[in-house]
Amino acid sequence: MLTIATGNKAVAAAVKEVRPEVIAAYPITPQTEIVEQIAEYVTSGELDSRYIPVESEHSAMAACIGASITGARTFTATSSHGLAYMHEMVNWAAGARLPIVMANVNRALGPGWNVWAEHTDSFQERDTGWLQVYVSTVQEAYDTALMAFRIAEHKDVLLPVMVNLDGFVLSHSMQSLETVTPGDFVPPLHLPHAIDVTNPAGYGTLTGPDEHFKFRWEIEQAMRKSVRVIADTERDFAERFGRQYGVAEEYRYEDADVVVIAMGTLGKEAEVAVDLLRNEGVKAGSLRVRWLRPFPELDLSGRDIVVIDRDYSFGFGGVLAHSLMAKSRIEPYSVIAGLGGQEVTFDDIAGFVRDRTPGSETWFGVKGNV
Amino acid sequence: MTEIPKEEYILKCTSACAGCPSSLILRYVLKAAGPDTVLVVPACCTSVIQGIYPNTALNVPVYNVAFAAAAACASGMSEAFRKAGKKTSVIVYAGDGGTVDIGIQALSGAFERETDFLYICYDNEAYGNTGMQRSGSTPVGARTTTTPGGKTHAKKDIDAIVAAHNPSYLATACAAYPQDLFKKVGKALSLRGSKFIHVLAPCPPGWRFSSEMTVEMGKLAVKSGIWILYERESGKVTINGPSKAAMIKPVPLEDYLSGQGRFKGISQKAIDALKSQAEQRAKHLQKEAEGIC
Ligand SMILES: Cc1ncc(C[n+]2csc(CCOP(=O)(O)OP(=O)(O)O)c2C)c(N)n1
Ligand code: SF4
Ligand SMILES: [Mg+2]
Repeated sequence: MLTIATGNKAVAAAVKEVRPEVIAAYPITPQTEIVEQIAEYVTSGELDSRYIPVESEHSAMAACIGASITGARTFTATSSHGLAYMHEMVNWAAGARLPIVMANVNRALGPGWNVWAEHTDSFQERDTGWLQVYVSTVQEAYDTALMAFRIAEHKDVLLPVMVNLDGFVLSHSMQSLETVTPGDFVPPLHLPHAIDVTNPAGYGTLTGPDEHFKFRWEIEQAMRKSVRVIADTERDFAERFGRQYGVAEEYRYEDADVVVIAMGTLGKEAEVAVDLLRNEGVKAGSLRVRWLRPFPELDLSGRDIVVIDRDYSFGFGGVLAHSLMAKSRIEPYSVIAGLGGQEVTFDDIAGFVRDRTPGSETWFGVKGNV
Repeated sequence: MTEIPKEEYILKCTSACAGCPSSLILRYVLKAAGPDTVLVVPACCTSVIQGIYPNTALNVPVYNVAFAAAAACASGMSEAFRKAGKKTSVIVYAGDGGTVDIGIQALSGAFERETDFLYICYDNEAYGNTGMQRSGSTPVGARTTTTPGGKTHAKKDIDAIVAAHNPSYLATACAAYPQDLFKKVGKALSLRGSKFIHVLAPCPPGWRFSSEMTVEMGKLAVKSGIWILYERESGKVTINGPSKAAMIKPVPLEDYLSGQGRFKGISQKAIDALKSQAEQRAKHLQKEAEGIC
């Protein structure tokens, strides 16, 4: 069905389709619309879920964990300070191999209070064992949320998935949305280690170094296997519903000499910059990285690369730029831009390409920086 | 006398200290709860008592969870079981630190939402797991590793805080009265909604008394009136037999204090504070029991 919706409403609509048994969430700008919409669905009977209006994000994830370990499908949503507050349980969910799906509406962390888009919140969770995907349109938010459940719950993965969408620029933007009837695209969840009172087990008991090490290695193996599960899920989604995104979405990439790499809505904005540059005769292309974990293997050899990071690791650098430097052995022009909702237009991005100095870092809009 | 089942759900291979009240209490909790039970355990001595993976000394599923998260985790679990049409009892088994300090927010939220679960706080009046630091439940005058001169503040009244949430059932119990505890757990689990049982857990290494004295120390706590056994059901308070007797003829509080190393050198001022707190609590509960409140 073709409608129009915000990014938040699209996520809620996808959640309604997969019918989690338990949803626990706590409101925070700019995620509120997701939890409000889901509360509406549950109250009106459109969605037959147990909705737990918890008293904090730490409890939201704890409640999802408690529900998930019984074998129930679970969902939560948060943003920025909520995600930071939840951090302990974010680790727990992955360590416990629970296929919880969470939407995170990317927002800066204070102080001072800033409710606008920045990726630092979820990037700070990148080492927790969650799969992380970043979307750029309302349709993609919907499609990816659906896929997230199937990927998380796949027997080769059994890890939680975080679907990230930029605060306001996407969460509150109205765009067209085609909803689907997923049918058996997301099969029922079978959690092999679900609690069974007829076969009592201890979960998360004291664990020595050897066993701990083994469990960590198993998470890494699941992460590696998820690459294929993501690809299969995307393929099946494309066959059924006609849309495909990839681990990184290419735009006029094939013959490009210079490629802009970004994530989320800035990745989409970069496509407009590419058109502009092409009109000027610059052979530009763009690559929008969707999955931060597992991090994609990208062959970027022989091209000039401009990476835009909407995040920063202080005393280190842009996380995306440095991840690509390490993984793809490139020497990019690293641009830090869009923090705290700073406006970055296609014109600005075209400017980054024109002014690029490979091997250096620049903070967009900061005078006299190197 | 109530018939206590012979089934054991806590096997004799725990890593508890000798004379451990936590494992003693848990033994009777599980006998009362039976096999269709899941325990949710935050970081505390009980995390250790279970043994080391892949072994477990408990014969019911145990979900160990982060220190502050027990009541919230149990909320999710209870909702999921009920949604699946299962009656499985969800029991949080938490220490005093995990209850009155770091876990109090999740506890309050779960009780406000009338989560269908039983929350048991075994109270050894300090952070046992980490080596006996003070908690909000440590009584005034008690020495812990972070109050080497004796705690300067009163024990937090968690029962009053929980009572303010109007739970389906609230009771206190004591490791030295297992029959009473067994009955209370059974009663709590027969009711829907949020239930709370606060169990005093005299802890030999923490309180510094010898390990064969656990039961004796618990009895002295009740007989001196510093710990009162009672139940609160739909607003009605019932003071249980041993505490009724103690209200008529208490043993001196000094008998209780002098047997414990943690109160060595306690000031008269702290003793007076302990006495007056105990008296006030008794008076208040008596009034409530008589329906005068
Ligand atoms: C967030 C967090 N902070 C601190 C700790 C360390 N810690 C583990 S158990 C514990 C004390 C537990 O005390 P209590 O709840 O009274 O249980 P007991 O050990 O006495 O049985 C502490 C401080 C932790 N596990 N997690
Ligand atoms: S410190 Fe006390 S409560 Fe903890 S295991 Fe030892 S005896 Fe039991
Ligand atoms: Mg304790």
